[in-house]
Amino acid sequence: MSVEHASTRIIDCYARGLDGTDLTADEVWAVEAHLEACRVCRERLAAAVAMQAPGVAALVGNVWAGLEPRLGAPVARRRYRSVRLSSWLTPAMVPWLGMVVSVALLALLLDLVGGGYGFGSGRVSLVLLLAPVLPVLGVAASWSQGLDPAYELTASVPRAGLQLVLRRTASVLAVVVPALLVGGWATGVPGVTAAQWLLPCLAFTSTTLALGGVVGVTRAAVAVVVVWAGVVVAPTVVASRATFALQTGGLAVWGLVLTLGIGVVIARRGAYSVLGAHR
Amino acid sequence: MMPAMSAADIAPTPYAWEIRATGLKVRVGRKRMAVDGLDLSLGTGVHGLLGPNGAGKTTLIRALATVLRPAEGTLELLGESAGGTGEHRALRRRIGYLPQEFGYYKRFTVREFVEYMAWLKEVPKADIPGAVQRAVERVGLADRAEERMKALSGGMVRRVGIAQAIVNDPSILLLDEPTAGLDPAQRLRFRELLQELGADTCVVVSTHLVEDVAAACSDVVLFAEGRLVFQGTPDELAAAGGPEHVGDSPLERGYSALLLNPEQTRGTW
Repeated sequence: MSVEHASTRIIDCYARGLDGTDLTADEVWAVEAHLEACRVCRERLAAAVAMQAPGVAALVGNVWAGLEPRLGAPVARRRYRSVRLSSWLTPAMVPWLGMVVSVALLALLLDLVGGGYGFGSGRVSLVLLLAPVLPVLGVAASWSQGLDPAYELTASVPRAGLQLVLRRTASVLAVVVPALLVGGWATGVPGVTAAQWLLPCLAFTSTTLALGGVVGVTRAAVAVVVVWAGVVVAPTVVASRATFALQTGGLAVWGLVLTLGIGVVIARRGAYSVLGAHR
Repeated sequence: MMPAMSAADIAPTPYAWEIRATGLKVRVGRKRMAVDGLDLSLGTGVHGLLGPNGAGKTTLIRALATVLRPAEGTLELLGESAGGTGEHRALRRRIGYLPQEFGYYKRFTVREFVEYMAWLKEVPKADIPGAVQRAVERVGLADRAEERMKALSGGMVRRVGIAQAIVNDPSILLLDEPTAGLDPAQRLRFRELLQELGADTCVVVSTHLVEDVAAACSDVVLFAEGRLVFQGTPDELAAAGGPEHVGDSPLERGYSALLLNPEQTRGTW
């Protein structure tokens, strides 16, 4: 299909500009609309400007002369924090995750040196004892309004809610789980398998998230730490051996708690898009 | 070349008011109803929200930003119901919000922070650099876009807050005390920006400064103790006051005339 182009007369009149034009208003409108789409006519216009409107050509030349030296100058490279990294970790989370990893490594060190907690034959690895509570601290650091200065803006954006919760929890787990894997593998205390600490770890994380949507993340984290002290630490200290909760028999309960927690988080996905969860 | 107008841009709006609240009640804490039975209809233009401290202005703006859920009543934003417990993702993409306590990450540069907020507001990835540059230029921070936010003065930080609120070209813009910390020249520039934005957006500005309201707002909403006291143009507000009322300008006299309540039990200081 052949497209109709503007005639030479119209293009010359357009190039001459406002003074001395004999184009009507709708002709001006039509030729402008055509020039936006047709490069052949734009080239013809460029040639017409050079001939018909030397003032305009001189102005364009001046602007180019001013711009050329600046275009060739090299741009200083700055250290650029891309959105991609901030989309996974807020600046408030980074020091807390560092602390969590240090605690895991310290627990590993104490295990290797002291051979675990306990007396006599029943020895419990410190890594196993601490594993459930470490990601809870990371989750609290991602959402608590005391630690995150931009909490209100974060709560008001479209991305708040399930998407952001999954992202930040994934980045917390991506930091904590490998540290615990290394700890669990390298510890010299026997009786530590990956399933034994992984399921309680995930169950505590999902419980903190679920409870945080109801009462606020800080209170939820405190409650979960108290439960951990009561269910995991106190019986171990009293009985001087690994409690039922940490043994293989208790894994079914942890699995149930994990499923319940995930279900609540998905059902109440709007909870992290309001201010209540950040308290 | 100029981008073509999309069908969404020239489609007729199916709603009469951008913000419409009927019998709105919003709870703060456990017991206090900060917004108590509010009926409000706001369309395109700049609306100034005036009221004494503790009247519930911040709670109202938070409820309009869907950051607080209303306890009772209905709230419709851009024709969609905004009171429910869902995430309201599509609605929030068209809302811009600047909270009163604007928290930011000190080690981010201006451009990085506005880009992060643009990402959070689900601006399409290819459009983010252009939108950020436009927002930063509109608030007058183009030459300081690569500086860290901890090196900026208070007024400039506020301007970054305004830039992040407009980066997604919102249809509703909610600004809670945006002129706090701006010097007089910046306030003048900010009023011009408000008038530009109010041409096609519904802007709600909560402020204490009556002269901001006089200069920039097309509509004044007076809010006290959780209820609407007055809604009208600034001239109507000025006409409500007489020489016997306290105030240095006609608007201040109108303000004190409407809020003067002999049965009021709480002190005004």
